[in-house]
Amino acid sequence: MDFGFRIAPSSTINLDKVDRTRFERLHEIEPDVYKCMACGSCSSTCPAGRFSGMSVRKVILALQRGKEKEAVRMLKGCMLCGKCSMVCPRGINTRHLILSICRIYNEEEQ
Amino acid sequence: MRERFLTGYNDFVLPFMIGMAFILTWCIVGMIRIIASLPKEDRRRFFLSLINPKILIKDIKDIFCDCLLHVKLWKRNKLLGYMHSSIAFGWFMIIVIGHIEVFFYAPHRAKLLYFPIFFRYFMAEDDSTMGGAFFFFLMDFFLLVILSGIALAIIKRIHSKFFGLRRTTNPSFMDLIGLYSLWAIFPLRLLAEGFTADISGGSFLTKSLNSVFHTFLGNHMNMLPTWWAYSLALGVFFCVLPFTRYMHIPTEILLIPLRNAGVRIRHPRKGYAEAEVYACPSCGVCIDACPMGVMKTHIKDTTVYLNRQLRRHNEDRIEEISDKCLLCGKCTAVCPVGVEGDRLRIAQRSLRQYNITPDYSMIDTGSLARECSFSGPDKGKVLYFAGCMTALTPQIRKAVESVLAKAGVRYEMMDKDGGICCGRPMLMAGRFGPAGEMIRKNTEIIRQSGAGTLLLSCPICYRIFKEQYSLDGIEIIHHTEFFDRLVKSGTIHLGHTSERYVYHDPCELGRGCGIYDEPRAVIAAAGELVEAEKHHKESICCGGSLGSLTLGFDKRQAMTVNALNNLTKSSPDSIVTACPLCLSTFHRYADRPVEDIAEIVDRNMN
Ligand code: SF4
Ligand code: SF4
Ligand code: SF4
Ligand code: SF4
Ligand code: SF4
Repeated sequence: MDFGFRIAPSSTINLDKVDRTRFERLHEIEPDVYKCMACGSCSSTCPAGRFSGMSVRKVILALQRGKEKEAVRMLKGCMLCGKCSMVCPRGINTRHLILSICRIYNEEEQ
Repeated sequence: MRERFLTGYNDFVLPFMIGMAFILTWCIVGMIRIIASLPKEDRRRFFLSLINPKILIKDIKDIFCDCLLHVKLWKRNKLLGYMHSSIAFGWFMIIVIGHIEVFFYAPHRAKLLYFPIFFRYFMAEDDSTMGGAFFFFLMDFFLLVILSGIALAIIKRIHSKFFGLRRTTNPSFMDLIGLYSLWAIFPLRLLAEGFTADISGGSFLTKSLNSVFHTFLGNHMNMLPTWWAYSLALGVFFCVLPFTRYMHIPTEILLIPLRNAGVRIRHPRKGYAEAEVYACPSCGVCIDACPMGVMKTHIKDTTVYLNRQLRRHNEDRIEEISDKCLLCGKCTAVCPVGVEGDRLRIAQRSLRQYNITPDYSMIDTGSLARECSFSGPDKGKVLYFAGCMTALTPQIRKAVESVLAKAGVRYEMMDKDGGICCGRPMLMAGRFGPAGEMIRKNTEIIRQSGAGTLLLSCPICYRIFKEQYSLDGIEIIHHTEFFDRLVKSGTIHLGHTSERYVYHDPCELGRGCGIYDEPRAVIAAAGELVEAEKHHKESICCGGSLGSLTLGFDKRQAMTVNALNNLTKSSPDSIVTACPLCLSTFHRYADRPVEDIAEIVDRNMN
C-alpha cells in the first residue's frame, strides 16, 4: 500500500565504547529485547523490586550499555514469578528473556 | 490325545524360538538397566515392595486391569477398550489354556517353550479325548475374540474418527512392520489350525473351517506352509518389537510395580522416566486432550511426541517440546498408562545449566514476619497469603478481605506490601535450588508469625504449599475450601439468585490438588451451577499458565478462546473461577463477565 510516505530507516548511532558481543548473542536468541520501550510496567509490578531493586527495564538498559555487573546484581533477585511478562504492553516474554540472560551472562567474570 | 511325532520337533518352530529368545534377552537386559539406573533409595524401595504382600497384590491387580483388560481405556471409549482388551486378554488366555493342555495331555513336553503355541500341530485326537473338547472350544472362542479385535484395529487404521479419536499419530516404518505382523499372527493361526483340525481336533471355528477347506483343498498339503507362516509372523513380531511402539507391552509390566513402589521421576532420561517413555503406546489420547492442540503448529509438541523424541534422542526437539508446554497436567490425567508429561518436562528443564543463580539471602524475613505477626489471643489465627498473581487482580484480594471481615474472621495479611513468591513458577522452570530458597524464606515468615491456618486465594501457591512446604501443625487451605466451610458451618449465609454460573476448574486446583467439590458447593449455594462441556479433570487450561517458558502471552489467544467456548456451551450468565491467573487470562477475550469465587461470595452474603 502506498501512503505517500515511508518510515525512515533507523539512524541511531551507538556511541558506547562497550563490548556488545554478548548483547548481540542475546539479541539473536531473544529478538524481542529490542522491542522494549522502557515503559517500566514490569518494574512497577515486580515483587522482587522491593527486596533487590530488580527491574527488567533497568536490566535491559544496563545490558545494552555494557553495565553487566549491575544487571547481574539485579537479576539475582528475580523470583521468576512471571508478572512482568503479563503486564508488558509490548508482549515481550520477559521470563524467557531472564532465563536466557542467566545462561549467556556470567556472575564471576565481572 | 497322543503325540504325532516322536521328536516333538519340526523346523518351523525356529522363527518363533529365535524371536522369543531375542525379545526375552532384550527385555531382561532393559529391565536390569532401568533398575540399575534408579537412585539407591528408589531401588531399595522397589525391592522392598516386591516382598510386601499388599503392594504385590496391587501390582498383580493393576497389571491385570491395565495391561490385559485395559479398564482405563474402557472408561474412555468402549470400542477402543474392546479392541485392546480383546487382543491382549484373548492372547493371554490362549497362552494360558495352551499351557493347561500341555500339562494335561503331554506333560513331558512342558519344558519346550514352543509346544503350547503349536500344540495342535504336534498332537492328534483319539477316542479318549472328549474332555479336550472343552479346551478346544475355549481356544476357538478366544481366537474369535482376538480376531474381532484385529478386525476393529484394521477399521481404526482406515477410519480413526469411527473411534472418536480426532487425531492420532503417524506410525513409523518399524511400527508398521510390527503392526502388520501382529495383524497376521492370528488369521494365520486360524488357517494353520483349520488345516490341521481333522487330525488334531478342533471346535466350532477350526473344525468348520476344516470342512469348508476339505471341499476344494487338499488339507494336509497346506498344513506345513501355514504353520511356517504362523511361526514366521510371531518371529518377525518379536524381533521388531523393541523398535516399535509395541515395546509398551513389556515395559508397562515393569512400570506398574515401580509406580506402586512409590518410585518417581528424578531424571528425564533414566530410571522411572525411561520406563514411562517406553510404556507409551502412542495411543494419541493426549493429542486431543492438550490445550495447545488447538493450534496446528503445536500438535507435534504434545506428550506423545515428547516420548517419541526422547526415544530417538533428538535433543533439539526435546528442548523445544519441553519448554513450550503449559504444564496443565491434562495429558497426565488422561493417559491410560500413566505417562506424566508435565513431570517429564520439568525434569528435562532441571538439567539446564545457568551461569547466574538467584540469591535471596538479603531478604530479611524477620521484618516481614513482624508485619503480619499474631499476638495474644489472636495466636493461631488465619494468615492470608494473596500471592504474586493476586496482586495483579486486586479485586480478589479485596473480596476475600471483605468476606473475612464480614464473617468476623480474625486474620493477618502476609504480603500486604508484596511478599516473596511461593516458588512454584521457579520450580516449573526446573530451577529447584532457587525455588527451595524461596520455600525456606516463606516457611520462616509463616513460622515466626505464629499463624495456625494459612489461607491462599491462588491455586498455584496452594499446590506448592501443599506439596513442597513442611508446615506441620499449620493448616493450608484454599479460599474455595475456606468459604465452603464457612457456608456449611452456617457462619455465613449466601443469598440464592437465579444467575447461571459455570465453574472453570483451574488446573492447579483440580488436577493439581484434587479440589473439585468445594467450589461447586459454594457456587450452587449462591446461584444456579451449570457445567462446561469438559470439566473436572478434563477441564481445559485457560492458556495463561506460567508453565510454558517459550509461549509469549500474545501467542495464546487461540487456546484461551477455545477454553472459553468450552465453558460457554450451556450459555451461563457468567464464568466463575478460583485462580487469579485464569481470571486475568479469561478477562482478555471473554464475552461475558468473569469473576473469582470470592467476588460471588462477597456479593451474595448477608
Ligand atoms: S519474573 Fe522476576 S522480574 Fe518479572 S516480575 Fe517476577 S520477580 Fe520481577
Ligand atoms: S514492561 Fe515490557 S516494554 Fe515496558 S519496560 Fe518492561 S519489558 Fe520494557
Ligand atoms: S502419553 Fe499417554 S496418552 Fe499420550 S500417547 Fe502415550 S500413552 Fe497415549
Ligand atoms: S501438560 Fe497440558 S499443555 Fe503440556 S502437553 Fe500436557 S496437556 Fe499439553
Ligand atoms: S491460570 Fe488457571 S487454568 Fe491456567 S494454568 Fe493456571 S491454574 Fe490452570
